[in-house]
Amino acid sequence: MFSQLTDSLESTLKKLRGQGTLTEENVADALREVRRAFLEADVNFNVTRDFVKAVKEKALGTDVLLSVTPGQQIVKIINDELIQMMGGETKELQLTGVPPTGIMMVGLQGSGKTTFAGKIALYMRSKRKRKPLLVAADVYRPAAIKQLQVLGKSIGIPVYEEGQGNPVEIIKNGHRYAIENGYDLVIYDTAGRLQIDDVLMQELEQARDAVHPEEILFVADAMIGQEAVSVAETFFQRLNFTGVCLSKMDGDTRGGAALSIKKMTGVPICFVGLGEKLSEIDLFHPDRMASRILGMGDVVSLVEKAQSVIDEKDAKDLKKKIFNNTFDLNDFLKQLRTIKKLGRIKDIMGLIPGLNKLPLDQINEKELVYVEATLSSMTAKEREKPSIIDSSRKKRIASGSGTSVQRVNQVLSQYDSMKEMFKKIGGMAQKQNGGTPVGSNYTPPKVKKKRK
Amino acid sequence: MGFLSVIKGGLTKTRNALLSELKGIVGAGKITDEMLENLEEHLIKADVGVEAAFLLTDALRENALGKSLSTEEVLGIMRTEAERLLSDPPPFELKGKPHVILVIGVNGAGKTTTIGKLASRFISEGKKVLIAAGDTFRAAAIEQLEAWAERSQADFVKHQEGSDPAAVAYDACEAAKARGCDVVLIDTAGRLHNKDHLMEELRKVVRVIKKHDPSYPHDLWLVIDGNTGQNTINQTKVFHQSFPLTGLVITKLDGTAKGGSVLSISSALQIPIRWIGMGEQIHQLVPFNKQEYVEGLFENALSNEDAN
Ligand SMILES: Nc1nc2c(ncn2[C@@H]2O[C@H](COP(=O)(O)OP(=O)(O)OP(=O)(O)O)[C@@H](O)[C@H]2O)c(=O)[nH]1
Ligand SMILES: Nc1nc2c(ncn2[C@@H]2O[C@H](COP(=O)(O)OP(=O)(O)OP(=O)(O)O)[C@@H](O)[C@H]2O)c(=O)[nH]1
Ligand SMILES: [Mg+2]
Ligand SMILES: [Mg+2]
Repeated sequence: MFSQLTDSLESTLKKLRGQGTLTEENVADALREVRRAFLEADVNFNVTRDFVKAVKEKALGTDVLLSVTPGQQIVKIINDELIQMMGGETKELQLTGVPPTGIMMVGLQGSGKTTFAGKIALYMRSKRKRKPLLVAADVYRPAAIKQLQVLGKSIGIPVYEEGQGNPVEIIKNGHRYAIENGYDLVIYDTAGRLQIDDVLMQELEQARDAVHPEEILFVADAMIGQEAVSVAETFFQRLNFTGVCLSKMDGDTRGGAALSIKKMTGVPICFVGLGEKLSEIDLFHPDRMASRILGMGDVVSLVEKAQSVIDEKDAKDLKKKIFNNTFDLNDFLKQLRTIKKLGRIKDIMGLIPGLNKLPLDQINEKELVYVEATLSSMTAKEREKPSIIDSSRKKRIASGSGTSVQRVNQVLSQYDSMKEMFKKIGGMAQKQNGGTPVGSNYTPPKVKKKRK
Repeated sequence: MGFLSVIKGGLTKTRNALLSELKGIVGAGKITDEMLENLEEHLIKADVGVEAAFLLTDALRENALGKSLSTEEVLGIMRTEAERLLSDPPPFELKGKPHVILVIGVNGAGKTTTIGKLASRFISEGKKVLIAAGDTFRAAAIEQLEAWAERSQADFVKHQEGSDPAAVAYDACEAAKARGCDVVLIDTAGRLHNKDHLMEELRKVVRVIKKHDPSYPHDLWLVIDGNTGQNTINQTKVFHQSFPLTGLVITKLDGTAKGGSVLSISSALQIPIRWIGMGEQIHQLVPFNKQEYVEGLFENALSNEDAN
């Protein structure tokens, strides 16, 4: 669950743990990591530089939260900034013009235009109740028309074609055909072309001027590298495309080009392709894309949860109790419940500095259910002063929690060893900022130690 | 048409980017870390590839930091490093009759087009060539290859759409043997390397043609879209783990400022680059030549500065 970036940020930011705020010096290394991660995710060089600068400005002066590590916190700042840059929210195509609405697919060779033409036709028919017509205007690639026909047939959407004619004429005629036959959406598939191919770029300009499509969608392969920017910029200069489609997102590419294209053109990304089948299309979700570029899965949402659930004041109190060794079973129960609110134990453990290096698969989540049940059956007094729990109290607790005396003993001895451990940490923490330790099969309270 | 003249056009941007920065470095006295970072930036912008850019500048960091070097010397260090990163393909020779080549790669990389070009090239060399429509999945993939068979005058074997690609490949080998063909080129459906079931399908193709003859396929070529960024390395690695690749084909280098990705692939894995795709037309395929490639990248960088 923890990615390389988070890991490397963790190690770079280790020294930050004892410090209260993020500063110029202490984030410099982290930002270098971010730069590298971005370049490796195919984000354009200039975009990366601007981005790192923006993150730096946001990060400086931020208080380090107690509930998360500085590394995670920086990841969160980066993530928020990324989402922002990619347009914030999911956008649907408007398609408000006078029908038939035109959508023209453009892009490099093999980027996924024809497939997206089919996918969008299917999407618009089922989700937006449209009546689409596909127009086969790729007269160059061998069997391109046939490809669109096969796709159209598979979803029962008609394809207008004239064989190997003039693409601009075909597009014009397709448009007319749609009007005459009551289609309210026309999707034009065009041939792949290089942005430097002036003749073919002109052809697209002529086609656009002939039918004025409401949307011109630039289709990009999600795997594209640094080249994305110059390709997208030229297509944008010549055609003013209105949306971007990213194909092959079912692969393992980070897809940083998405960020570059959005940043350089300002045009929203509307669809992603998730497979070869025509049903494998989705709207673009900036938040998912951000996590993907950073390669860190659920970290961000966990950080958010941690921020919302864990009370900073509680965390501070707890820390004090640990240092003074006055941590009792009431605190234990409270922590257990907080952790439960957060979701899967393993994920939470991953959030806790030090614990995230443990073999998380060995944690027995069931065990915690018993621990909580046992603790809940104690009186507040018992939890505050566990020493008063004699054998008759143990029997009562066992039957009240549906467990056994043996189980109650276990919990109590776990508590003892935990206290023992905390005593050590308390001592250790005077010298260094070690990680939170953990017992064998229970989750310790969620705390962070800070040097005073 | 020489490889150099073809590639040079495509590499102009790479070369110019290098050049302007190099001049800055050399003109400004001792080489500092900051200069190297700038150079790194320019290399990446010129799509030399992030890894390769770091590799080239690391070479300078080791050999040139703190020194005052001439442009030629700086170039020399980078050229040596580039040459070290690349390897020349061993000469292509027929290892059987027929010599069987399986062409694989991710979706839309240029497999089918490359097969058409290769067929034409081999035929022009006097070989008898058969091409097989092993992509039975994608819409009109069979028709697409059939069009290339017509253009190149190659023999053609196909089954129906949706049929077993392994069976097509097997039949193609058999037909080629019966007809005395020299080369069999088997097309396959595009597949992303992270899809296990599709990789398994490909393994089955290999298994089945090996039943025909254990030496099949003599070559397994991975086709890579030259526009692809860092994923190139993943692709190559994962395919190579499943199938020992004997060569790479880099397509679409007729676009702008690329060619650099070639460096990063070679630095990551020692798989020879065999062919370069330079356009959609049948003749736009050139054999890869390391020396010429490096020359195109660095040679005459200074005297060519006003080209373009
Ligand atoms: N895995 C995957 N493959 C895709 C996706 N979108 C398209 N493809 C595949 O990518 C290849 C190229 O797609 P096409 O739709 O033919 O691309 P194009 O842009 O029309 O290509 P040209 O017309 O030759 O320029 C085909 O094999 C498609 O099946 C996707 O989202 N995921
Ligand atoms: N500019 C340029 N285009 C190329 C080159 N090679 C292939 N193409 C184009 O790229 C697109 C995809 O090529 P294909 O040969 O269909 O690719 P593929 O790998 O067989 O694709 P799938 O079978 O769908 O996975 C087509 O439009 C080709 O014309 C090249 O070297 N340069
Ligand atoms: Mg197409
Ligand atoms: Mg193909």
